[in-house]
Amino acid sequence: MAHFDENAKPFSNRWLDDRLAINTVKKVLSTEYWIPKNINFLWAMGMVLAATFGLLVVSGIFLLMYYKPDINMAFDSVNYTIMTEVGYGWLWRHIHGVAASLVFLIIYIHMLTGIYYSSYKRGREMIWLSGMLLFIAFSAEAFSGYMLPWGQMSYWAGMVITNLFEAGSLELTGLVEWIRGDYVPGDAFLLRFFTLHVLLIPLVIMGLIVFHFATLRIPHVNNQDGEDIDFDEAARLYKEGNKKESKVIPFNPVFLSKDVFVLGIYFILFFYLVFYHFDFAMDPVNFDPADGLKTPPHIYPEWYFLWSYEILRPFPKDPGLIAFGIAQIAFFLLPWIDRSPNVAPAHKRGLFFWWFWILVLDMIALTVLGKLPPEGIYNTLGTISAIIFLLLGPALILITKLEKKL
Amino acid sequence: MSSRRDFMGMALGGFTALGGIAALYAMKRSWDPLPSVAAAGFTTVDLSVAKENVLNVQKWRGKPIFILKKTSDMQADDRDVVVGRARYHVSIGLCTHLGCIPAYLPAEKLFRCACHGGEFDTSGRETFGPPPSPLVIPPFKIDGNKIVLGEEGPEYLKMKEAGLTA
Amino acid sequence: MRELKILAVVVFFALLTYYGVEPYAHSVMHKDVEGYNFTYDGTADIQEATEALEEAQASGRNVAKAQARLEVKKAFWSEVDKIAKIPGNVANGQAVFGTCLACHNGAGVNMGGVIPPNLDHAGALYDKRYLIAVIKDPAMASNVDHKYENTMMHPMGSVTAMVSDPQQIADVVAYMLAKKAGDVTPKAAYEEACARCHAMRYSKITQLGETPSFTDEKDELAYKIKVLQEQELVEAYMGKLPPDLSMIIRARSTHFLETFVENPQSQLEGTSMPRVGLSQAGYDKVHEYLTEIGDPSKKHREALGPWVIGFFVIFSILAYLWKKHHWRDLH
Repeated sequence: MAHFDENAKPFSNRWLDDRLAINTVKKVLSTEYWIPKNINFLWAMGMVLAATFGLLVVSGIFLLMYYKPDINMAFDSVNYTIMTEVGYGWLWRHIHGVAASLVFLIIYIHMLTGIYYSSYKRGREMIWLSGMLLFIAFSAEAFSGYMLPWGQMSYWAGMVITNLFEAGSLELTGLVEWIRGDYVPGDAFLLRFFTLHVLLIPLVIMGLIVFHFATLRIPHVNNQDGEDIDFDEAARLYKEGNKKESKVIPFNPVFLSKDVFVLGIYFILFFYLVFYHFDFAMDPVNFDPADGLKTPPHIYPEWYFLWSYEILRPFPKDPGLIAFGIAQIAFFLLPWIDRSPNVAPAHKRGLFFWWFWILVLDMIALTVLGKLPPEGIYNTLGTISAIIFLLLGPALILITKLEKKL
Repeated sequence: MSSRRDFMGMALGGFTALGGIAALYAMKRSWDPLPSVAAAGFTTVDLSVAKENVLNVQKWRGKPIFILKKTSDMQADDRDVVVGRARYHVSIGLCTHLGCIPAYLPAEKLFRCACHGGEFDTSGRETFGPPPSPLVIPPFKIDGNKIVLGEEGPEYLKMKEAGLTA
Repeated sequence: MRELKILAVVVFFALLTYYGVEPYAHSVMHKDVEGYNFTYDGTADIQEATEALEEAQASGRNVAKAQARLEVKKAFWSEVDKIAKIPGNVANGQAVFGTCLACHNGAGVNMGGVIPPNLDHAGALYDKRYLIAVIKDPAMASNVDHKYENTMMHPMGSVTAMVSDPQQIADVVAYMLAKKAGDVTPKAAYEEACARCHAMRYSKITQLGETPSFTDEKDELAYKIKVLQEQELVEAYMGKLPPDLSMIIRARSTHFLETFVENPQSQLEGTSMPRVGLSQAGYDKVHEYLTEIGDPSKKHREALGPWVIGFFVIFSILAYLWKKHHWRDLH
């Protein structure tokens, strides 16, 4: 049996350490969890995401108290009960809506930062993969949540997206009806997406967040120059007081102090949007109650899905679905498509730099074109952008094979 | 010894997986459309009681369905559903322009949509106004004197093949 | 500084995306319709008829019909213009107004499709020329003449036979502008101008007006049946039940609502919604009511916003000082 100090006062540091090893835990997770010093504010995006997720959970709990998952009551429970009757109900709803949109903006920044600084390879593959799983989980969470107000766009987006499971010429109408629990989106559909949105997917996300943090512990966070740091040596220097020479800082409180400052700036933007510009995250079409007999003139997903939607749209049915499928898994493969041995920021990697910015511009082009009606010039541009996206994969293999070792 | 333990481990694992699959089956069944919902997807209409030139509106999968028994002076059409010696017009009662529900005017023997003035004849073909195409024919199956909406019978498939349903 | 440069790049691409999916995409998806500040002199109608004629000429079909329609519209609005210049006599107008009261009497009886609206504040809500036009020819004034072979088929068509003398029209309009123009609450404006077709369930307004509260369930159900019957009549008249307007302020842009109310055909060609002829002041009242019901948190939101944002400004300053404190010895 382990040795316990009989004289320790209950709940004192010693008493807790004997039972929970809190001092070790604190060291491992916080005061001696080493982060490179050579970083910029983009390294705070993980913390920004965690905070935004926190806001989503808290606001979601309060929305849940008055939301009614029933096709006859859902719309009014949101737009009347929560928005006009519940004290500060409107605030929770705006926070939830704005956070749902901003979380994707930050995810995209976070992902593109990872790509720019080559933070997905040579020991960091699991960080990248767990992050991609989080992206998928957040996408599922966003889609299921979008059904809940049961407005016109909820209904028709639900219809269009579930129709994808028909799988083109395979015509799997049975599968689509199974997913919906009905021939068209109805009560069964709303309730199952409600269940996923408030229980199953949040649990998965929380698990994945813990896993994502765990994947960082051994390979450590990358730094601005992709430098391979000897963390033991740097940590020794820091602990000896040679803070200037050491290349690392402890997570708590040094790294955290910078994160908190970035969070402060982020929240200024966040609450500006909540109070003065929440409508960017709430499509007007969704303030018309769902009506299965009336298709809105334009159906489009929320902005964060537009790029992959646009990869689906310009092609004929079957090739479109295949392209869409490729787009969903393409980013998972990134650590293996990139054949270069270098871990370095894009501006030191020659052609990769250009590849990166073409990717960014192409994704923005796809996003914008995904919202525009697919007619005339927009259709042509959409097709070109989608083809460019598909070619970026093979192009990366080629240019990274040619890349010289730094 | 160790190989035996491996074998026992694998046997236990395999057996557990079997239970898991059984549980998955239960979950899959829970996602199935309810029998009441599935049954509501098939509407059976008895045509023997239909009166000529009187529109019968049925509800099928959230949509209105028009069933009109034609009089002998109405023009026959390939889109007609023929049961015995009677001809019927069967269609989804949503204007193909913007989805309003047209009204049937027995005196004039046409469908008129009050929203934008579109008109359809008794075969559901557009005759006036903005509708771009005829009224859509839903999947149907003829069963004696009855018509089952939602099932694809040979008559429907023939129409679909000929491109007459939409 | 390097971090600011990176921030500038991030902000630039975020704004570029925002511009593309919001202002730009919406400008492509929604047509921009010219507004006329809620004045009704037929400019919009004549322009529509002219465009229809050009279209007919291009396709070579129904040219004569389109030509005739244009001429009728021009003649109608110039006639309205003439009547607008005749000085009206309020006292004589009061006698003519008795004719209106035969239907516009608040009895809540459906006449040919809708319950004729209450005219208690007609002078405050509607534009003068529109009032003239609607008495002269309701279908033309409402810009739904395409639905009727002749105006007598319009539910209010009989007025053209009862009040046809230009002087009479001028008198009755003068009467309404003088005596039926008292202060109008936003709610009354909505009830008089919109509620005969559009319910508003978030404020318990139906086509029959405000729903009373009942203690006996049977009375409540009986009233519900009356509402459903009225809605059936409106539906038969309009083609479908006009939408509930509880949330319309969030579902449509300000520009859309303004131009749509001014001339429904401009945004939704062929719609059966008639032009109701609100003046700018009348529309403002209706808009106020739509906002009150559809976006009631506006006041709280605008009051709380500066405090929360101010909180995070101070939070950021403190966080910056804390960060400086920890990073002081690092470089």
